[in-house]
Amino acid sequence: MTDRLPGFSTLAVHAGAQPDPTTGARATPIYQTTSFVFNDADHAASLFGLQAFGNIYTRIGNPTQAVLEERVAALEGGTAALAVASGHAAQVVVLQQLLKPGDEFIAARKLYGGSINQFTHAFKSFGWNVVWADPDEISSFERAVTPHTKAIFIESIANPSGSITDIEAIAAVARKAGVPLIVDNTLASPYLIRPIDHGADIVVHSLTKFLGGHGNSLGGIIVDAGTFDWSKDNKYPMLSEPRPEYHGIKIQETFGNFAFAIACRVLGLRDLGPAISPFNAFMILTGIETLPLRMQKHCENAKAVAEFLSGHRAVAAVNYAGLAGDKYNNLARKYAPKGAGAVFTFSLKGGYDAGVNLVSNLKLFSHLANVGDTRSLVIHPASTTHSQLDDAAKVKSGAAPDVVRLSIGIEDKEDLIADLDQALSA
Amino acid sequence: MNHDTYADNYIREILNGVKSIAMVGASPVNVRPSYFAFKYLAQRGYDMIPVNPGHVGKSLLDKPFVGSLREIGRPIDMIDIFRNSSHIMPVVDEALQLMPLPKVIWMQLGARDDAAAEKAEAAGIKVVMNRCPKIEYGRLSSEISWMGVNSRTLSSKRAPMPTQGMRLSLNRMSVGGGETTASDRAAKNKNDPT
Repeated sequence: MTDRLPGFSTLAVHAGAQPDPTTGARATPIYQTTSFVFNDADHAASLFGLQAFGNIYTRIGNPTQAVLEERVAALEGGTAALAVASGHAAQVVVLQQLLKPGDEFIAARKLYGGSINQFTHAFKSFGWNVVWADPDEISSFERAVTPHTKAIFIESIANPSGSITDIEAIAAVARKAGVPLIVDNTLASPYLIRPIDHGADIVVHSLTKFLGGHGNSLGGIIVDAGTFDWSKDNKYPMLSEPRPEYHGIKIQETFGNFAFAIACRVLGLRDLGPAISPFNAFMILTGIETLPLRMQKHCENAKAVAEFLSGHRAVAAVNYAGLAGDKYNNLARKYAPKGAGAVFTFSLKGGYDAGVNLVSNLKLFSHLANVGDTRSLVIHPASTTHSQLDDAAKVKSGAAPDVVRLSIGIEDKEDLIADLDQALSA
Repeated sequence: MNHDTYADNYIREILNGVKSIAMVGASPVNVRPSYFAFKYLAQRGYDMIPVNPGHVGKSLLDKPFVGSLREIGRPIDMIDIFRNSSHIMPVVDEALQLMPLPKVIWMQLGARDDAAAEKAEAAGIKVVMNRCPKIEYGRLSSEISWMGVNSRTLSSKRAPMPTQGMRLSLNRMSVGGGETTASDRAAKNKNDPT
């Protein structure tokens, strides 16, 4: 007898959630508590020793958070997940399991500006050295591999440029180098792209964006694909060697194909502390229930707006992978056939000043530093999210001075086009 | 049968069906995975028997160690082998001398011996390799979801309050058989001698 497989939308509503055992509440309750009582001293010892399933303290895990974790793991096709306070926190926790001071990781040059800053400056102070490579030139990843390389980090759809990364080609480089491929899937969401199906070993998200989807709650998540053998050589001692903080437990030996998610929880989150609040976990969980519906509308609107802009006389270029003839259209057809996302950039013939004018003339689009909201958003990356980069790095990351970034919401597309039209003509 | 992946129903029938489990290689050291699994399965109501010749005369959670399978002296439903792949065959050979035969031979996470599995299956014994019964029980009951693990099951039924020693329902709707697609592929690649 074979098991029937539920579809993506069913998982988006149900995965991880079950009526509450005590009250029968059907929506997932917000377990707004710091701590959980133990049955007895033996139960407490079992929980602290990682020998039993259960809750101890909300800095390590919380029942509302656990539903969110299982749901995203199910949507991404991973074995387990760990939710944390933000997408940035997810990145710190992931790399803490993989790198020691003096180690290196390779990152795609086209990344969210905040990630570029985190990798360049904050991680440098930990002795984790980023080596940049160009996602449009796969051989640059191969050339960047050294004996100190411990991971490769890319975005599935890059922010702000909206370009699509050839995940399978970079996964092949990672496999050859014997290191895990980490994919930030924030801009695609698992509805558009499931990186694990293309060879990713770890997926990270800012839940703040399309997964939560309503611009009201910060969160981040780490999904373990269960694909990487951490004990093959001695490169990942956090997972393969006895852990003194748990009386000599070896994490991979004990937890098998969800060992990475457990390491992130019991060695990362527990000690670094960036826990997600139960309330934010609840808000994001509620958002995820409508992810498939929202993503369809986001993509439909984004394509209509991109088509409108590419025919507008004031526009120099539109970079939307969903447009026929776009440089990334073939990759979009392969990796994101349901839609190329809703974040993209365009440049104006009038340059930097025209971009600044556009932003100030828009009435419906909100000028702010977020993406993946129900509302349509606009920003000028060069003066905001990417402002700490020098001009050459701005251009390389897709945030040249004349570029404007849009995050298209789920309003009526005619209203979005009318707002852009009046702002471009003003 | 294919041992790269198992349908949930195969595992479900085994865990719902067996009552007594002899754990070969059970360790009294409380940071070893065999200790965790032994304790968990005992708490979930299984009749657990620790088998380890190095600890005869001692007890594991009040259950006296026995030195070998034949010394158990009563029928057992399942043998859970906590030994490396290279030490599986002698245990299976010993199990095949038991009368009556066990219904299931289970090899722990990381342990796999296809020849031993074939021999046991030829004698009508069900075999599971490279899995942990604690993880599978926790997964199918969704108790493991507390740790953010993807149980790959769904249920719209109100769950009972879990209490000490209670058997949990494993009859949830499966999201997929065996592991996830990606972890299946990875396990398969690892087992292919390339």
